[in-house]
Amino acid sequence: MRILLVEDDAEVARFVKKGLQEAGHTVEHAANGRDGLFLAASEQFDLLVLDRMLPGGVDGVRLVETLRSQGNRTPVLFLSALSAVDERVKGLKAGGDDYLVKPFAFAELLARVEALGRRPSVDAPATKLRVADLELDLLSRTVTRAGKRIDVQPREFRLLEHLMRHAGQVVTRTMLLENVWDYHFDPQTNVIDVHVSRLRQKLDKGFDRPLIHTVRNAGYMIRAEP
Amino acid sequence: MPRRGGHGSGQLRRRPAPGPALGLPRLLKSAGFRFALLFAAIFSCAAVALVAVLWWATAGALDRQTDVAIRSDAIALAERWREAGVTGLAEAIEDRLAVDVENEAIYLLTDAEGRRLAGNLDRWPAAAEEPGAWFRTRVLHDGVATEARLHRMELSDLRLLVGRDETERQQLRRLITEGVIWASGAVIVFALVGAWLLREALQRRMRPVFVTITAIAGGDLSSRVVLSGRGDEFDRLAATMNTMLDRIGTLMEGVRGVSDAIAHDLRTPIARARAKLEDALADAGEPASAEGAALRAAVEQGIADLDGITRIFQALLRIAEAEAGARRAAFAPLDLAPVLADAAEIYEAAAEARGQHLVTELPERLEMVGDRDLLLQAVANLLDNAIKFSPSGGTVQLSARATPDGVEVAVTDNGPGLSPEDRAHAGERFFRADKARATPGSGLGLSLVRAVAHLHAGELVLEDAMPGRACPGLRAVLRLPRP
Repeated sequence: MRILLVEDDAEVARFVKKGLQEAGHTVEHAANGRDGLFLAASEQFDLLVLDRMLPGGVDGVRLVETLRSQGNRTPVLFLSALSAVDERVKGLKAGGDDYLVKPFAFAELLARVEALGRRPSVDAPATKLRVADLELDLLSRTVTRAGKRIDVQPREFRLLEHLMRHAGQVVTRTMLLENVWDYHFDPQTNVIDVHVSRLRQKLDKGFDRPLIHTVRNAGYMIRAEP
Repeated sequence: MPRRGGHGSGQLRRRPAPGPALGLPRLLKSAGFRFALLFAAIFSCAAVALVAVLWWATAGALDRQTDVAIRSDAIALAERWREAGVTGLAEAIEDRLAVDVENEAIYLLTDAEGRRLAGNLDRWPAAAEEPGAWFRTRVLHDGVATEARLHRMELSDLRLLVGRDETERQQLRRLITEGVIWASGAVIVFALVGAWLLREALQRRMRPVFVTITAIAGGDLSSRVVLSGRGDEFDRLAATMNTMLDRIGTLMEGVRGVSDAIAHDLRTPIARARAKLEDALADAGEPASAEGAALRAAVEQGIADLDGITRIFQALLRIAEAEAGARRAAFAPLDLAPVLADAAEIYEAAAEARGQHLVTELPERLEMVGDRDLLLQAVANLLDNAIKFSPSGGTVQLSARATPDGVEVAVTDNGPGLSPEDRAHAGERFFRADKARATPGSGLGLSLVRAVAHLHAGELVLEDAMPGRACPGLRAVLRLPRP
């Protein structure tokens, strides 16, 4: 992916840039809002990673608002030192697609970058999701593996749906909390692990090949190959 | 995110001022009522003074007029007696009686033995025997008993009584008295109506100020008093108050700016440090030696500690956010039942992992007005605490119900509970009960719950779940009144 990073803090910018490059992405960096806006408007990017507070008169929110008003729909991930709930809401309202509060683990950023960059197309919504022999029917809300019906609870269904929509990508615990439970704070305990391991038991019971994998220091991934 | 260390207690005070409830003590506290009372008193005093003057000028004047007429008549008769003696006097009296068409005049002339010499009274009235020169008494006059005003004169061995029939004057006096009584009734009615109008007017003028201040106390600093445009004292008061509110608003903006700045200035270096450590870890690769492994473990611990700092910092900011009341602007009607069900759903897994049961007792719907995110976090903190402090095999219960006052959410556990001393401190920032020292946590969880309760004008009450037992458990009740 070709990613534009707009971040005024040199240290953080270097770290993010390096990490994203190591993950195989091309990264352009701008150190202030005006340069960032110029680059974002004049070149083609798959994703923008923006600091919420930027020097130079154009902050992250203004930058996104300007881009959106010009019809630019490039996905935007906000990085921000402002954690208040309404700051997050403000960022998303302005046209941001995701909001990550500093400090963050790089794995969290990478997972979100990849999730945003490869968002499923909205134009042709799938009615069935498949990973190997696991099938999830969005219309009848049923889950089958190798033709065998698996009973899941509504929340487990949503959890599985989210994992399957991002099959092959790392999904972090925070992403699951935000997207599956609409929960925007740290629940303190390992609640997500418990939910995932329950789901995993239901899916993998009686099958040799596990589908849900734990990615160390990052989160979970559903994929066909071991 | 905040964690409680130890259980905590929160007592809650501030509720919005209640509407105008009545009851005499409260009424007496009302300045409007006192002003109205003062008005009624002044109005009544003025009316009493007016009636007194009126009485003096009418009924009093009539009396004085009668007395003057009697006196001049008596003096004229005495003069006559000195000029013409008893006969002349008797003639003068008869003459006067002859021309008295209104039949008002009363005369009686007797000698020393009391024999009548002239006049229209048959005998000397008993009342006129008393000492003094002036009397008011009933006399038989033309065979009719009437009220009369009499003046007695001693003329050597003669006794003269000059008087006037007062029947008509009495009637007039009665009419005036009746008028005064009716007027007094009207005065009382006017005083009460006036007092009520005054109180209403005062309250109406005060209401915008009251409404604004209630809103401000509720955290809405943008509220301003509406001016009437009359430029009177009330407008001046309101304008001064608005100036003060502008100033407070500026200060609050400043404080908010400062906490934004703190958030930024603290998070940025932490982000940098974390990035460096993570970077170093990634560059180092798998450690080859024991030393390398130790270094790696130390760096990982450093990252975990930084995350811990961020978490505490985040919790403090969140509490400050709730306490400042700024979030109240974002209040919206919501159904709390699914929010609670969500929280239970998340923590049910955690409870199960610890061998506990999480049971819920939730109504179908639980309508209220509030901040979904903060309420969810408050309930989540209570559940987290309950699960953390309950033994394996224990039961944690989440229940909720609508009460006449609003909504009540309770989280009950069968853990060790809290001593009364600890309960008094729980909810203070960073407080951790001794029993809780071994449990991970920062002592901020209940502070947030309490701040969220305050934000919703409610309270957090902590009590023994099973009083009297060795292990009484804890019941945390979140009471959220209807706005």
